[in-house]
Amino acid sequence: MSEIIIKNGYIFDPISGIKGDKADISIKDGKITDKVSSKAEVIDASGRTVMAGGVDIHTHIVGPKVNLGREMRPEDKLFRGSFRGGILKQGKHMEMGFSIPSTWKTGYSYARMGYTYANEAAMPPLMAPHVHEEIRDTPIIDISAMPVFGNNWFCFEYIKNKEIENNAAYVAWLLNATKGFGIKIVNPGGTEAWAWGDNCVTINDPVPFFDITPAEIVKGLIETNEYLGLPHSIHLHGNNLGNPGCYETTLDTLKLAEGYKPKNKFGREQVLHNTHIQFHSYKGDSWGTFESGAREVMDYVNSNKNITVDIGAVTLDETTTMTADGPFEYHLNQLNHIKWANVDVELETGSGIVPYIYDKNIKVCGIQWAIGLEIALFAKDLMRVFLTTDHPNAGPFTRYPRVIKWLMSQKAREATLDTMKYKDKVIAASHIASMDKELGLYEIAMMTRAGPAKALGLSSMYGSLAKGADANIAIYDLDPTNIPSDPELIEAAFQNTAYTLKEGVVVVKDKQIVAEPHKYTIWTKVNMPENAQVMHDVKEKFTKNYTVNLENYAVFDEHVHNPRAIEVEVA
Amino acid sequence: MPKVIENVGCPYCGCSCDDVRVTVSDDGKKVLEVENVCAIGTEIFKHGSSDHRIRSPRLRQPDGSMKDITYDEAIEWVAQHLYKAKKPLMYGFGSTNCEGQAAAARVMETAGGMLDNCATICHGPSFLAIFDNGYPTCTLGEVKNRADVIVYWGSNPAHAHPRHMSRYSIFPRGFFTGKGQKKRTIIVIDPRYTDTANVADYHLQIKQGHDYELFDAFRMVVIGHGKDLPDEVAGIKKEKILEVAEIMANARFGTTFFGMGLTHSDGRNHNIDIAISLTRDLNKVAKWTIMAMRGHYNIAGPGVVWSWTFGFPYCLDLTKKDHAHMNPGETSSVDMAMRDEVDMFINIGTDAGAHFPIPAVKQLKKHPWVTIDPSINMASEISDLHIPVCICGVDVGGIVYRMDNVPIQFRKVIDNQGLLDDETLLNRIADRLDELNAQGA
Amino acid sequence: MTGKKLNMITQRAVEEGIAMEIGKTSREYFDACNIIEMNELDMKELGIMKNTNVRVTSESGQVIVKAVVARQTVYPGLCHIRQGVWANQVVPPRTQSTGAPQYSGFPVTVEPAPNEKLKTALQLVQGAVGLWKGE
Ligand code: SF4
Ligand SMILES: [Zn+2]
Repeated sequence: MSEIIIKNGYIFDPISGIKGDKADISIKDGKITDKVSSKAEVIDASGRTVMAGGVDIHTHIVGPKVNLGREMRPEDKLFRGSFRGGILKQGKHMEMGFSIPSTWKTGYSYARMGYTYANEAAMPPLMAPHVHEEIRDTPIIDISAMPVFGNNWFCFEYIKNKEIENNAAYVAWLLNATKGFGIKIVNPGGTEAWAWGDNCVTINDPVPFFDITPAEIVKGLIETNEYLGLPHSIHLHGNNLGNPGCYETTLDTLKLAEGYKPKNKFGREQVLHNTHIQFHSYKGDSWGTFESGAREVMDYVNSNKNITVDIGAVTLDETTTMTADGPFEYHLNQLNHIKWANVDVELETGSGIVPYIYDKNIKVCGIQWAIGLEIALFAKDLMRVFLTTDHPNAGPFTRYPRVIKWLMSQKAREATLDTMKYKDKVIAASHIASMDKELGLYEIAMMTRAGPAKALGLSSMYGSLAKGADANIAIYDLDPTNIPSDPELIEAAFQNTAYTLKEGVVVVKDKQIVAEPHKYTIWTKVNMPENAQVMHDVKEKFTKNYTVNLENYAVFDEHVHNPRAIEVEVA
Repeated sequence: MPKVIENVGCPYCGCSCDDVRVTVSDDGKKVLEVENVCAIGTEIFKHGSSDHRIRSPRLRQPDGSMKDITYDEAIEWVAQHLYKAKKPLMYGFGSTNCEGQAAAARVMETAGGMLDNCATICHGPSFLAIFDNGYPTCTLGEVKNRADVIVYWGSNPAHAHPRHMSRYSIFPRGFFTGKGQKKRTIIVIDPRYTDTANVADYHLQIKQGHDYELFDAFRMVVIGHGKDLPDEVAGIKKEKILEVAEIMANARFGTTFFGMGLTHSDGRNHNIDIAISLTRDLNKVAKWTIMAMRGHYNIAGPGVVWSWTFGFPYCLDLTKKDHAHMNPGETSSVDMAMRDEVDMFINIGTDAGAHFPIPAVKQLKKHPWVTIDPSINMASEISDLHIPVCICGVDVGGIVYRMDNVPIQFRKVIDNQGLLDDETLLNRIADRLDELNAQGA
Repeated sequence: MTGKKLNMITQRAVEEGIAMEIGKTSREYFDACNIIEMNELDMKELGIMKNTNVRVTSESGQVIVKAVVARQTVYPGLCHIRQGVWANQVVPPRTQSTGAPQYSGFPVTVEPAPNEKLKTALQLVQGAVGLWKGE
């Protein structure tokens, strides 16, 4: 295979501790290496920023609810072709959609931003074949998907009976059946309650009929995760998301991780990843008294090393909210009265979808925007705090460059604040106006590649420019020795790379898609002895309660595309 | 020795049952026996291995007869005609696996044409309502395990979805519904006393075409204005409406299954729109879900596949090349046919010859007509070119979407004996089009 | 001859489903789909005997079908032809701008036509596009 050398770029690679030194990066056979022959193709990166390919730890890009969102929102396709800043065809397929782009646009857009890996944050196990079909049609980027476990009847029963070993065997079986990556939890117990029109809003609300609480579910799944030694920790969207005052539930939830230590061979240091923590950091007791709880939440996160978070920054766009938190979406719809979709999934989970406009002229939206940024600005260790917008919930992932701009430039934040109708009220209810911190490129590299890759347990392969890692590389038209004073230029640089390389292949050149090489489906293969009890339970539930036969449930091999298994051994 | 294959999917109705047992001959070429399947399903498998199956493409000759040609010749014919056409239409996909539907998207994006599926004449109005009002639904297992009140409105599963009531809704004993039918209340709303009405606790014999009014009446009751109802709405007495609304409002978990009685009648999408609004209202007092009774085993498929490909489920205009456009009424198959706008027609995995109103068939027939379908049907018998393909679930596997959008993995049970599957055929057409486009450029 | 305006619906039937899979050119499909189901009172009023042929005329065409008393009862004024080739000779292609034709709820005139012959599916469809070669 070919050799490439990227010359004279400014390298930002937190995994190797390189903070903007000028150096060359060598690539051979799709991997980073330390030297190449003189025949290597040369890419000139002088005056440019070089980072590993971006890693998105939490995004909703493939699967049933994303797609129902696309289906129910034709108006999301207003930006298309040459209309309203839509994209003209560059790759093999046209690019459609804004907040919930088509699979093709999704892959192309990530690549253009220098991202090469995305972790789909919620896969309903019953719908796993759908997720894998969409992965097939999402070009360029590697994708993993996390099955949801927080409202799963098997887990309820095993955890209630304190059978962690059985729960672990079930989780291992399901990861294999769905070709899933790790343990996702969404509104533990609350979504099952929603099947009866109910919810669990504290960690101690009992789940109807199942005689278990959210706190027990979360602890049980942490124990299960560490018993198995999975690459990633549990990945949690806790109870009471999005309500004024919810930060207290968040602190209660985070405290559930106290006393647990990570056990794994992947270099992961957390036992709990709390996703889109912006949505969980609200103070006040009504929408009228709504205010930022970012400081309280981040004080806790900063002092507890076994926790990681992603920010879930609000981008002030019209977007489409979608989550397995069915009751949340119902309540959101009661607030905005736009259209509402809901899908309860037998024995496993549920989901809801509501279009949402984060309007800078609405006070609460302005405060939400502030909170998302405050989380990152309060963070002491950006290897534990990652950049996301919980795409598309707080905004589309294509706005990451804008979030980066806000984090790197107080001037940009002020400019946005100035456009808000209730600027003074937003300032009064948040900390943002008084924060003069500006993040640098090294910190951005932590938040967007090194940190998420480490938390996923994948830093030997992704998010790194160290020898042996996949040669996924982003070269930005940004000179770190001369950062432009106009923050818009920072956003523009991160929106479209000068080059993106995926496994050593140039996929983006001068902001344009130029190649669509093969890509992987990442999943976690747990090797452990079969558990007869669990297999018996599985058979029984399929006979009695599921409407799909057990033999047709696990994704057939021919429907999993370029699988790349992360292997785990359990004795 | 005959082989028994279990967990086979049935490629007929939207129930997409996946528990069929098929016995095939030693050489893997014949279906000998089919079990666990309803009467319709049986016929599909029998037909799949019948000696009368067409195994070669056939091209119409100047004298009107059909002559066998090779697949290569057929692919060339289709590619050349697509290349020349300005506004070709590919329509169908009632019986095509998702892999084939994805390949069709590629063909029509490459050709720059129109792409539509059977929903356009069935549940297309439901899509329109979903665009406006959303879709609070669930998987069929939720109905089986939880539902205590079930409404069939303008749908007749006893005929159109034979195992729907036994597998998913009325009869099964689920986790919270251990008593099965005994603990469920079944309400059927239909102008006919159908065989489904016959097993219901309540049959409301509504005046045909007046569904919107009855939905409206139920909404009034649910939001507290029942007293103000007139004595009769849509042919149903006020007392009956109040009684049934009370049952709905007191459900632990309710589901409304609606069918073409609503989408084909006056009002079309408005009937579905208000059905969804009623579901939203009911969620303030109970837990309610709603589901379209999709007709074919994978007619949910094209809506799913094309939504992730283009962002729209049907009525796609891909002639603009760098973006897709959808506007039912303008870009829907029957409307385009009646305005004589398309200049080539590809009928795939359906039978427009039998299922379109005959004036639309006549219009389409003015231009080259290709039928891609395993069977001899009305479309094949009036086409210029008929290309037989595998039957999904019989001689090719693949993913299909059940009426509740749950993906079901179908298996292949017999050898394809030289037949191409849709995906392979369509990708070869697209490859050839790529070549023609490259030469043209 | 006298006719009466009735309201026509076309819907699925299990017999049609089975027959369709046997084949649209089959005897089964012929028998399953070329009947109109009516209310007995309407038949009496129109002088139609059970199991005799009638002519159904709509705004967009006409078709000969056999009249039977509906087993899945229809009320007086309503009639039903199972979906398929015969029904589609009379289904109006108007869609209310939704794409879906008026398959149900359109006015038809039904009149006795005991001496008219039923046509096969092929005869109807090929005949409509000038391909029918039979008599
Ligand atoms: S109910 Fe439908 S899917 Fe099930 S066996 Fe019958 S025809 Fe096939
Ligand atoms: Zn999320």
